[in-house]
Amino acid sequence: MSLFNRKPKETISITYISHAGNSRTAAVPLGTSVMEGAVSNGIDGIVAECGGACLCATCHVYVDEAFLSLLEPIAEGEEEMLGNTYSKRLPSSRLSCQIYVTKALDGLIVQTPEAQQ
Amino acid sequence: MAAGVVIVGAGQAGFQCAFSLRADGYSGPVTLIGEEDWLPYQRPPLSKGCLSGRQDLDGIALRPVEFYESNRISLRTGERVSAIDRVGMRVALAGGGEVPYEHLVLATGCRNRMLPGRERVCYLRTRAEAGLLLERLEAASRVCVIGGGLIGLEVAAAAALHGLEVSVTEVQGRLMARAVGTVMSEYYRALHTHHGVRVRLGTPEADWSADVVVAGIGVVPSTELAEAAGLDVANGIVVNEELRTADERLFAIGDCAVYPSRFAGGMTRLESVQNAVDQARAVAAAICGRGKPYAAVPWFWSDQYEAKLQTAGLLAGFDREVVRGDVESGKFSVCYFRGGRFVAMDSVNRPGDHMAARKMLGGRAELTPEEAGDLSFDLKAAAIG
Repeated sequence: MSLFNRKPKETISITYISHAGNSRTAAVPLGTSVMEGAVSNGIDGIVAECGGACLCATCHVYVDEAFLSLLEPIAEGEEEMLGNTYSKRLPSSRLSCQIYVTKALDGLIVQTPEAQQ
Repeated sequence: MAAGVVIVGAGQAGFQCAFSLRADGYSGPVTLIGEEDWLPYQRPPLSKGCLSGRQDLDGIALRPVEFYESNRISLRTGERVSAIDRVGMRVALAGGGEVPYEHLVLATGCRNRMLPGRERVCYLRTRAEAGLLLERLEAASRVCVIGGGLIGLEVAAAAALHGLEVSVTEVQGRLMARAVGTVMSEYYRALHTHHGVRVRLGTPEADWSADVVVAGIGVVPSTELAEAAGLDVANGIVVNEELRTADERLFAIGDCAVYPSRFAGGMTRLESVQNAVDQARAVAAAICGRGKPYAAVPWFWSDQYEAKLQTAGLLAGFDREVVRGDVESGKFSVCYFRGGRFVAMDSVNRPGDHMAARKMLGGRAELTPEEAGDLSFDLKAAAIG
């Protein structure tokens, strides 16, 4: 049994829509974050300066309303950072490093803000 | 064609500098040269997510290869710069060839401080070292960590959570002595002990018969190139408040740079993602003609068990610690004062305090020891001031 290494995981599909309206869909492994899915696929609009530690607010996204209720609630650390986003915070605002990919999120759509910093 | 920017070192700072140059609209050539064979990657997961099992070593690249192509960043991995020719304004590559520059950014980082004569010891700074450590931990039941600093303790926490028998040896009298104050050190000693880790303080005595011995005993800045090029070196490459060396076309950023910091009250060298990223951005702006003195608030974080440590400011020379909240609850902050002035805060699972501290330290807001210790005092409102 492997204690430390993860096995290859199933993926779900996530669509990232830029502020300008360009859309890209990526296959993102279960257990990784929506931010990691963007960064590893070279999707612009998510900067992720701190690498997913919930400390920089540069992976801000607007989550499509149909999926909002499927997400884990906003934790205290994310709430703090959402108060520090560069673009306007909306009710659909989340930090994509704090959204972990589950099967239920297959087809997830997020929009990236005009600017992250 | 203009010679453009050459960045030596493709870690977090080097990568960010290339990224920011393009984001800032720099149109000349950008060359990013790194010794390691991998695409530029994040180092924090090596001792955090990759050890806990949440992240794969394959998933830590800062950007995929297409990013460099589409941003016209000439990425040269697995290559080492052997010399800087400041008169000819070019760098020589160890494998042969030269690259001309108009601006040169040294982001050479650090290398591990090693234990002499101990072949079997693992270290943890590069992806290759992390791979080797993971492989050895797989087959281990007893682990000895030498060095009770951040890296060592993150390794100890991950190993303990995986059910291994772990000991930590620290020559100083307390854990993380360089990074945090005495209250926090004691909290982490108790936390590790609670998780079954045997913590030995004030002794060099280590469990050499353990299956795996890991040393996290600090790093040494890589300054040889700068020194050979006649630049000032003093525990790092010496730069001014714009992060320039004495040669105005040469900058140094990140772990290898010694710069004047109002938070340190003098010259300092920091080893953190924040420092790498913010200095890289500052230098990119300077190259684009929008330079200003570097004054970002230092911060970093550490994940151990369920405790998320976040620090803001520098506690060098503090003379008073004030606890905010209840240490026992595992949600508290420690505020540091020097001559009555608020200079730094360490928070465990109190992200609101941390963000308020970052704002206060970066602005003009003041905080008294009495306010700091009073949980009913609204830090957030005071930070907005």
